[in-house]
Amino acid sequence: MATTTMTGSSTRTTPRRRITKPLAVVGLLALWLVAWSLLRGQDMLELPRATLTDLHHWLNDVNDSVGASRNSSPIFLYFFNEIRAVMDALVTFVQGLIAQPAYGRPVPVLGWLGVVALVSYASWVFANWRVALLAAGGFTLFGLQGLWQESMDTLALTLVAVFVSLLFGIPLGILAGVSDRFHRLITPVLDLMQTMPTFVYLAPLTLVFLIGPASATIATLIYAMPPAIRITAHGIRSVPAPPVEATDSFGATRRQRLTKALLPLSKRTIVLGVNQTIMAALAMVTVAALIDAPGLGKTVIKALQTTDVGTAFNAGVAIVVMAIVLDRVTTAASVRAEQGGGDLNPRIRRLLLAGFGLVAAFCSYLSYTYLWASEFPDGGQLGEYLSQGATAVTTWAQQNLADLTAGVKDGVTIMLLNPLEALLAESPWWLMGAVIVLLAALIGNLRAAAVAAVCVGLLVGSGLWNASMITLAMTLVATLLVVTLGVVIGVWMGRSSRVDRVIRPVLDAGQTMPAFVYLIPVVALFSVSRFSAIVAGVVYAAPVAIKIVADGVRAIPESTVEAATAAGSNTWQTITKVQLPMARQSLLLATNQGLIYVLSMVVIGGLVGAGALGYEVVAGFSQGQLYGKGLAAGVAIVVLGIMLDRIARAAAQRSDRAPSANQT
Amino acid sequence: MRSFVGKRVLAGVSLSTVAALTLTACGGSKIESTDAADSGDCGTFTIAINPWVGYEANAAVIAHVAETELGCKVVKKDLKEEIAWQGFGTGQVDAIVENWGHDDLKKKYIEDQKTAVNAGSTGVEGVIGWYVPPWMAEEYPDITDWNNLNKYASLFKTTESGGKGQLLDGDPSFVTNDEALVKNLGLDYQVVYAGSEPALIQAFRQAEEKKEPVLGYFYDPQWFLSEIELVKVDLPEYQEGCDADPEKVACDYPVYDLDKIVSKSFADANGPAYQLVDNFNWTNEDQNLVARYIAQDNMSPEEAAEKWVEANQDKVEAWLPQS
Repeated sequence: MATTTMTGSSTRTTPRRRITKPLAVVGLLALWLVAWSLLRGQDMLELPRATLTDLHHWLNDVNDSVGASRNSSPIFLYFFNEIRAVMDALVTFVQGLIAQPAYGRPVPVLGWLGVVALVSYASWVFANWRVALLAAGGFTLFGLQGLWQESMDTLALTLVAVFVSLLFGIPLGILAGVSDRFHRLITPVLDLMQTMPTFVYLAPLTLVFLIGPASATIATLIYAMPPAIRITAHGIRSVPAPPVEATDSFGATRRQRLTKALLPLSKRTIVLGVNQTIMAALAMVTVAALIDAPGLGKTVIKALQTTDVGTAFNAGVAIVVMAIVLDRVTTAASVRAEQGGGDLNPRIRRLLLAGFGLVAAFCSYLSYTYLWASEFPDGGQLGEYLSQGATAVTTWAQQNLADLTAGVKDGVTIMLLNPLEALLAESPWWLMGAVIVLLAALIGNLRAAAVAAVCVGLLVGSGLWNASMITLAMTLVATLLVVTLGVVIGVWMGRSSRVDRVIRPVLDAGQTMPAFVYLIPVVALFSVSRFSAIVAGVVYAAPVAIKIVADGVRAIPESTVEAATAAGSNTWQTITKVQLPMARQSLLLATNQGLIYVLSMVVIGGLVGAGALGYEVVAGFSQGQLYGKGLAAGVAIVVLGIMLDRIARAAAQRSDRAPSANQT
Repeated sequence: MRSFVGKRVLAGVSLSTVAALTLTACGGSKIESTDAADSGDCGTFTIAINPWVGYEANAAVIAHVAETELGCKVVKKDLKEEIAWQGFGTGQVDAIVENWGHDDLKKKYIEDQKTAVNAGSTGVEGVIGWYVPPWMAEEYPDITDWNNLNKYASLFKTTESGGKGQLLDGDPSFVTNDEALVKNLGLDYQVVYAGSEPALIQAFRQAEEKKEPVLGYFYDPQWFLSEIELVKVDLPEYQEGCDADPEKVACDYPVYDLDKIVSKSFADANGPAYQLVDNFNWTNEDQNLVARYIAQDNMSPEEAAEKWVEANQDKVEAWLPQS
């Protein structure tokens, strides 16, 4: 939806060629409406909840036979079991260092003082003293919240998942950066890894890698590795040609070309990949807790069982703080990687390095030896306050805002969601499929239309066409809200760095706060409904869109904006005539990313009343007989994502012959 | 200028930190290494913790007794039902201590794979059904008879129910025949899937607070019933076999005898922990009490179990292995 409006706005640039296209789109939509009103309710391919298709039964059987062969098959004995052993050992080792009693001690090797000291020291060495202070403050906060051990368990698991992700992700990324063939080959695999709902592969993972740290880590790294690969490849690919050619002209070998030109020049982007990998790994903390992953996720899930919003919020804050600290440190480190040393002169810096190193080592020694420096002292009431505060705010909101929010829910549902859903889900499947393919051809290109046709075929084949269309309706409404918020708040932030500083931490929180924490408040405000699912999706997806738009607006040269003001444009004119058109690429990227992020929340939506694909995935995770159907629903979500993404990209390419690099 | 200030600050911070640490380090107790000796012949006993409070109450009491009376090293693993059953075959789970039906899993793991065995009833009875908040039962006394549900269908309309009355379902882990029931009883209702227990509880809680109508799937024992006593709607009475064909169900849910399932190897070894699980038996009231300690009095499961065990020594005695 959002894509069509945007393409429409680009008619200004090349008037002659474009006049027919919007007309054709409008004509197609009009035809569709007429056909819909005649054929409504026919061939909708609805599948009752408890009914399974042959495909679903077959998937169940495959799953069972994998389980049955685990004690005999050589793949298990010599491959999976080995991987599991290595992973388990890695996690147990890191846990023994910072989180769990180990080596015959009642406490981990490093206590809180040592961890805080080492983390701060490392942040200072690799980044700067500002983020070092932030790191020290953030880590101390975990203790004050009464969540030290849980936080360290989460950190241990995250570190291992990130380490393994990078160990494989960076080489694969380099390969994808230098080889076009490999890049084409791996892109759909990465799409699959990022959009396939985790719920779908949790149960099979525990079957293959057993219950324990290995499964939790592997579940995490399936989701966390793609950013490392994608961004590394992107970094290598966007190295400007001249320096590489210069290296070549000196007769460098391929290896030299890589190590002397490509890698150093893409260092900053690669560190950004590390950053995104960490964020993705932290996003999995709560879901991994469903298969006994230790840490903060467990606290959230347990609190949910007693609908204890406060306790869940407290743990959620710890996850957000960990994410922000790690984000700021790695971002600062990437800037540092590009700009080189800080503002200190080298001799003093060396002295300080040694001095602070000694302090950190001494703190570590203390926390190894003395109980007070090992276990975080009791009396941290902060967790209590946070949790009571959150409970009070939730109670107040549901008592005072619920009528208002219910009105919003009813309005959007009746005016927007219900009509759209009726149109998409109650059209005969062949009509709807034809509309999608034609639309892809009109606003995109023939290739996009071919992809769309394959995707429509897969959706029908999954046996979940009708559920897919209901989910699609919710996804489009959510994306529309996300893009609207992205433009409004993004432009506001882009125009004022003060606003940016205030809002950015809120966005970070929205992106990293586990959705399980706000399930109950969302239901309290918007009741069990599809709109609640949309809200959950918007909370998670809007920050990304807002950030992208804000960065796009800020990237416009100041002189351009000043020229417009000097020519007498008022603020509104400057925004609509200069800033938004010039940030077009960012708007497109924001739409695309907003869409992908909304889709990744479909399953969470299933927990608050969305029904459709999200619910099927949850049901498949919960009941053995429904596993195959859940898997099919997961695949349908992936297919929807790929279809929308490819159409949007083709549309963007067509309306702008100079496509920007699309990074995730 | 800036670097100069930076240096001063850094130097100051480092000096004072070292000083402070040296001063405080002189006091405080040192960390002693622990003895790894295990007492008793119980060894390690792994309980799956399924994600609801009633289950946690059973598990906490069993774990507490196993640790204090039998000297076992108890490992608790937080797992959904399916994954816990999988764990029997791989030797990673010894016991599930509250099982709701799950005939499909029993067939797969007890009969076919032979990795699990039944360890008898927990003594707790599980009831599944349709419930309304208490204010509705008061205001519309005849609503608890399913025959009158159509009369009230318009009360339960929402944006989600497509013009019909809304029947709210919860966590898909639980057995539900609700779509078939609505159809076969000729009810003017639409099943809406909340998808999770917290969402369902929140819906009931809000309905009672604001006197709004809601009809939903719920179950007993559940700690929430001691916060708000939901009222059950009577469906046509359950008779043996009336739910045999899921498509044609037109009767209420059966009363479930909640039982315990253990891994085959755990049962065969017949150690003290197995005997404890096998003997474990209490009542809905017992479980509700412990669940209330956890959910409403904010005790940890361990504290709740300890409190109950202290007050009920006689019951605990009966569970201990006879030797």
